[in-house]
Amino acid sequence: MNGVLGQVAEYIWHGDEALGQYDAIIIPGGFSYGDFLRSGAIARFSPVMEAVQQFADKGGPVLGICNGFQVLCESGLLPGALMRNNHLEFRCIWTELKVENNSTMFTSKATTGATLHIPMSHGEGNYQADNATIDRLEENGQVVLRYADSAGNVTPDTNPNGSINNIAAIVNERGNVMGMMPHPEKACEKIIGGDDGNVIFSSMIESFAASIA
Amino acid sequence: MPFSQETLDEIALSRDEYEAIVDRLGREPAPLELGLFGALWSEHCGYKHTKALLRTLPSSSERLLVAPGAENAGVVDLGDGLSVCFKIESHNHPSAVEPFEGAATGVGGIIRDIFAMGARPIALLNSLRFGQPDDARTRYLLNGVIGGISSYGNCIGIPDVGGEIFFSDSYKGNPLVNAMCVGLIEDGKIASASAKEHGDLLMLVGADTGRDGIHGASGLASRAFEEQAEMRSAVQVGNPFLEKVLIEACLEALDLPGVVGLQDCGAAGITSAAIEMAERSGMGLKLMIDEVPRREEGMTPYEVMLSESQERMLLAVTPGQEKTVFELFEKWDLDATIIGNFEFGENVRIYEQGVQITSTPVITLTDAPEYKFTGVKPEWLTKLQNADLAANPIPPGSPADILLKILASPNISSRFPVYRQYDYHVQTNTVIEPGGDAAVLRLKGSKRGIALSTDCNGRICYLDPEIGTAIAVAEACRNLSVTGATPVALTDGLNFGNPETPDVQFQLTESITGMRRAAEAFKIPIVSGNASLYNQSQGADIFPTPIIGSLGLFEDVEKNSTVGFKSKGDVIVLLGTDSTWDDIDGLAGSEYLDFIHGKVEGQPKLDIDLEIRTQAACREAITQELIASAHDVSDGGIAVAIAESAVIGEIGASINSDPGARWDAAMFGETQSRIIVSVNTKNLAALEAITTVNDVPLKVIGSVGGNTLTFGDSISLPLADVVDAWMNGFNRATSD
Repeated sequence: MNGVLGQVAEYIWHGDEALGQYDAIIIPGGFSYGDFLRSGAIARFSPVMEAVQQFADKGGPVLGICNGFQVLCESGLLPGALMRNNHLEFRCIWTELKVENNSTMFTSKATTGATLHIPMSHGEGNYQADNATIDRLEENGQVVLRYADSAGNVTPDTNPNGSINNIAAIVNERGNVMGMMPHPEKACEKIIGGDDGNVIFSSMIESFAASIA
Repeated sequence: MPFSQETLDEIALSRDEYEAIVDRLGREPAPLELGLFGALWSEHCGYKHTKALLRTLPSSSERLLVAPGAENAGVVDLGDGLSVCFKIESHNHPSAVEPFEGAATGVGGIIRDIFAMGARPIALLNSLRFGQPDDARTRYLLNGVIGGISSYGNCIGIPDVGGEIFFSDSYKGNPLVNAMCVGLIEDGKIASASAKEHGDLLMLVGADTGRDGIHGASGLASRAFEEQAEMRSAVQVGNPFLEKVLIEACLEALDLPGVVGLQDCGAAGITSAAIEMAERSGMGLKLMIDEVPRREEGMTPYEVMLSESQERMLLAVTPGQEKTVFELFEKWDLDATIIGNFEFGENVRIYEQGVQITSTPVITLTDAPEYKFTGVKPEWLTKLQNADLAANPIPPGSPADILLKILASPNISSRFPVYRQYDYHVQTNTVIEPGGDAAVLRLKGSKRGIALSTDCNGRICYLDPEIGTAIAVAEACRNLSVTGATPVALTDGLNFGNPETPDVQFQLTESITGMRRAAEAFKIPIVSGNASLYNQSQGADIFPTPIIGSLGLFEDVEKNSTVGFKSKGDVIVLLGTDSTWDDIDGLAGSEYLDFIHGKVEGQPKLDIDLEIRTQAACREAITQELIASAHDVSDGGIAVAIAESAVIGEIGASINSDPGARWDAAMFGETQSRIIVSVNTKNLAALEAITTVNDVPLKVIGSVGGNTLTFGDSISLPLADVVDAWMNGFNRATSD
């Protein structure tokens, strides 16, 4: 955020209880607590998470990436769970993500139906939820990104981890909390493979610039 | 002698070495002292059979900020206030016993070596050797090692960007797991591994100390062993999350004025770390063994000193400043404990419950005996080198059949199924990902970049240790050059058999000679290294395997080249020779000869001046943006190199001449110093101008396009078949 998009971004310590004044919160990827017990299961109890919860309840934008998505599911800010990849391996590959919904504050600058070339690296990215939850997510347009091919076809062959309906990213009902398994921040510069990931962050920036105006 | 032969055997000290200890001390050693000697005089810590040879390697260069010491990594200046340290290290014997944790802790260990220099680890590579993969135990070792590397590297957040896996009967029962780590230092803030003043405190931080890994250095790594099951407790267990936190805490701690020195606990644990710090500082050391936090009850001083529990570091701290250090480690939820202090005198004095139990001269402990030898070339080797390669018949089957077979073979097939289990994107610096000839990383805040590779063909080193090692250096540099990077430094990981035997002594002597010759010719230093000896199983030594890790520099990382062919109509050009196809001599030590004929024979060759000129021409052409793709010709020869560029580029290729009667040597010969490039036709003249200036032979051999792979009239394969063979070969060869 600092280097590429010229925004002011700061790290917040996991042990802090207060958030301070921010327009948006990003819970990044990683291996919080070494993935002990389950990915994100312990991190969701970090003191700072209560403040994140309150921030989200007030409508503040929260983006969870990879382990961040797992933390959001563990803490109930998003429905469903991320289980072990169906082939049981950690997988690091580039994916094509089909944009299903561009009216969220995370995808407002994307084009519905277009694909974003963004990498993933995870062992537990298999999005699962009960049928009722999945139906609700689909009907409400809460599925934001799906694993596809570069032509936008969504098929079992383009599913890299077994996620139901090739789901790669979802928002909550209110639309202010999004979780995505692939890493947009790893696709922000052409030199490292592509800059399609910028669209997620610039959509967010546009949203809170608009909300100030 | 108050100790039994069995005791000496357990810690791998010879009778003569014991006598030397008594002689130097002027008395018999106490049992605890004997354990210290066993650790510090082990091959792994003491480099007894390699010290003299390693001293002959070129280790200086204008770019070197810190010369390599026996253990630490040398630091290479890259410009723009950035410098890099890197090192390769082995963890062979633990991985043979417990592959997952052996490999994981091998990765953890080399990472600690790097951040102990004050460098932030930015990349990992791993170079692996196994027996043939149709064997159940080999598959167990293979899967364990890959799992260990993956789980440790991914969790700690350092991208695993390259490496190699090679299968041969020679490594059955004694796999090789060599892990390389690269770290970045900004503004020359290199950490010291010594105390500053007498009285400086010795602080232990990180994990508790348990019984894992005792006799890891002295027991496991110091002799050939058959009883694997018994040695399991000597394999350490890793915690990558703890090490990640340790990296952050230690790098932050180095900014505190009270922290004057940093050292990692690796092989032989506190013993080697603390005593080597004392030696480097030129001071004595008082160690209070009771202060070491333990995770098990009833540990003896011996066990505490020799434990190889992971994720522990030692700091030298100015007295009076320890509070700031404690606070910093508490913030990171890490234990920090003062366990001793540096002092006047020459001894390391160990205290238990306020009573001194041993006092031993530091230099006697760290000055392990040096064994010198000269090598004598064995008769059997001369015979092998002089084998008549032409006597190997052309195999039954068509050239196309044999090409597909080789593409799908364990040593040639794509390693994609392996490296996609490693996170190679984390830290957002990866410009060229695994799957090419070298990994390339950008350096944030700079236009510069680095390229990294590991290389060694053990089979070729077996056939000629001197030329084979020179070839390893040449290939490690060639892999950098074909991405556009200039080689600037090397690290070496020696993996050899029993050094007490004449054959291995010959291999060691010749290998270091070859390494020196090549490094001097390339004008690059060897900045760090590791030696693993006694690699044997079922009584036979492994192929001599001196693995070379190479580092290259880009002035502008955007000017790089990748392996895959790019556009229809591009011309395919071969650099380094004026003959499209190889000849019979190229079969020496080749993958084809071993895989199809089961033979390892012939005389490897290297024209090092041609190699250097060819690489220089390739780099110049890349920097001038004339090159669409570049790939080095190595295992599997030119046929495999062309096939790989076609598969990766997702486009066919047509070679305009026929391999001829002896098509096997033509296609699969592994003559050195050859690079395949493809260029847009409009750039061909400029490329030829560069090769002329550099006196490098060049031949236009074909063109890119279509969806078949065509070699003259001999081969016309649908690209889809080539893709299937190469991409799926590894999984097919390593599972049922």
